[in-house]
Amino acid sequence: MKADPIGVLTGAHYLDGDFACGEGAMAAGCRFVAGYPITPSTEVVERISRRFPTMGGTFIQMEDELASMAAVVGGSWTGTKSMTVTSGPGFSLMMENIGLAAMMETPCVVVNVQRGGPSTGLPTMVGQADVMQARWGSHGDYEIIAMSPQSPQEAFDLTIEAFNLSEIYRVPVMFLMDEIVGHMTERVVIPPADEIEVVPRALTGKTPEEFEPYQINGKPTPEFARAGDGYRFHTTGLTHDERGYPEMSVECQERCVRRLLEKITDNADRIVRFEEEATDDAEVVVVTYGITARVARLAIDMARRRGVKVGSVRLIVIWPFAEKLIRELAGKVRALVVPEINYGQLVLEVERCAAGKCAVLPVSHGGGSVHDPAVIAEVIVKAAAEAA
Amino acid sequence: MASAASERTEIRITGFGGQGVVLAGHIIGHACAINAGMNATMIQSFGPEARGSACSSTLAVSKSEVLYPYIGRPDILVAMSSEGYEKYRDELKDDGTLIYEQDLVQPRVKKGQRSSCVPSTRIAESLGRAIVQNIVMVGFFGAVTGLVPREALSEAVLHSVPPGTEKLNLSAFDRGFEYFEEAVRQSVLEVHRPPLEGVPA
Repeated sequence: MKADPIGVLTGAHYLDGDFACGEGAMAAGCRFVAGYPITPSTEVVERISRRFPTMGGTFIQMEDELASMAAVVGGSWTGTKSMTVTSGPGFSLMMENIGLAAMMETPCVVVNVQRGGPSTGLPTMVGQADVMQARWGSHGDYEIIAMSPQSPQEAFDLTIEAFNLSEIYRVPVMFLMDEIVGHMTERVVIPPADEIEVVPRALTGKTPEEFEPYQINGKPTPEFARAGDGYRFHTTGLTHDERGYPEMSVECQERCVRRLLEKITDNADRIVRFEEEATDDAEVVVVTYGITARVARLAIDMARRRGVKVGSVRLIVIWPFAEKLIRELAGKVRALVVPEINYGQLVLEVERCAAGKCAVLPVSHGGGSVHDPAVIAEVIVKAAAEAA
Repeated sequence: MASAASERTEIRITGFGGQGVVLAGHIIGHACAINAGMNATMIQSFGPEARGSACSSTLAVSKSEVLYPYIGRPDILVAMSSEGYEKYRDELKDDGTLIYEQDLVQPRVKKGQRSSCVPSTRIAESLGRAIVQNIVMVGFFGAVTGLVPREALSEAVLHSVPPGTEKLNLSAFDRGFEYFEEAVRQSVLEVHRPPLEGVPA
């Protein structure tokens, strides 16, 4: 269906990434946000809290991040598209209820505008070190989706997609921005509402008598009944059967948890998104995401001027990981170079998929700034020379 | 002007928190990116403690896509406070342009650097509201640099200021713009030419 025009601020704007993310959420139909504002994500909720009253949305400034995430789970179970917004320290506190959202199959979006860590780290400066936490931060086996925008325009566009994916797969979607994308201001074009595709909640067509909250009927996810619609149902963080009732058995655990994983892994090809450039005859391919992708393009130009055939892959969806792509590339190229603003996180995943078929070289940066493109270029040039 | 010579123009605007440093950057960026068909990436830098002390915003303006968000050595430094000027003066390119608040900044420039100043605070006060000092400076900036057409800038001012204050802000903008034109006519900029670095005044 098309977006509700009331949430769509059509036109060309000069917006920072945080504001653009907020506009994306409102365009996607998000009408409930609960959060505990934290630098550098505060502007997202600043924007939303100012604009929500014009469209019937509710923003609650919660007492902390644990409660924020709990409120988002509750909000979503009323059928309202729900989101929370935070940065590293808050993200850590949300992990318990992110696991609950995953287990209960609650569509929601968790925005993390990454700053330097660990702990309170660098509040006003950039980091990309929450990539593994986004995937593995809560306990137990579960799958989530994570996306990473490289510009304010993408912060708008991809927030809409984040909501759509969360609805399709009934999963929390981690929206991994970073301080630079969040605080950088650029031209953002917001299209008319009738050009924005949004996925509504898949409400059940069954009668209350027929309905079982976790019966899937061959689809990736069950149908949804809103709290308050008169359907009797149960939902829980405990391992549960199709009725949503706790069932502590090996068989139920296998059925319940395997489906949580497979609804994502079986559909990874549909979910994974990336941009590929000049990889066909490349000796070296640079694998990047978020703000680092922009800086890497300067490094790639430098390396090309020094005669290296270098291509690039920009991961737009980080989780599920683009396994198939990296496996294929590893068989064709001499080296994969992975710059990221952390001491080596997603590079581990690249290494795993490359499985020794080519060199995998991290270019780490502890945070607080982007890479110097010359440093990335040096690694590219060296990688090409050593592998030759 | 650097903008004509090179593809990318880098600008730093500095002042003390509350002077409208970020808004000034936002207006110039808006003018370039929305009204003049260029690309403009603005970054506001502040530490956890910076509200009230020296703060700054930076802009990278280019006809092509801006990939690297930060600036290196700016082509243009706009200084609205002494503390901000002292913090960032060494960054300005050797052939860069310094634009400064005449009564608040006492600069020393390098030989190849150009400089222009405006009593933006006094002009704003004469309009009845010192708060529009930054808009006077934006107007002056537009006239000095020619980076972006006057109309693109004035539209951006109107777009960015609170409703009800458009008239005041537009006169602040015009006064800043026209101050430069008038100064050029009367060659008074030379009167305020700051001493060269390392040369006793």
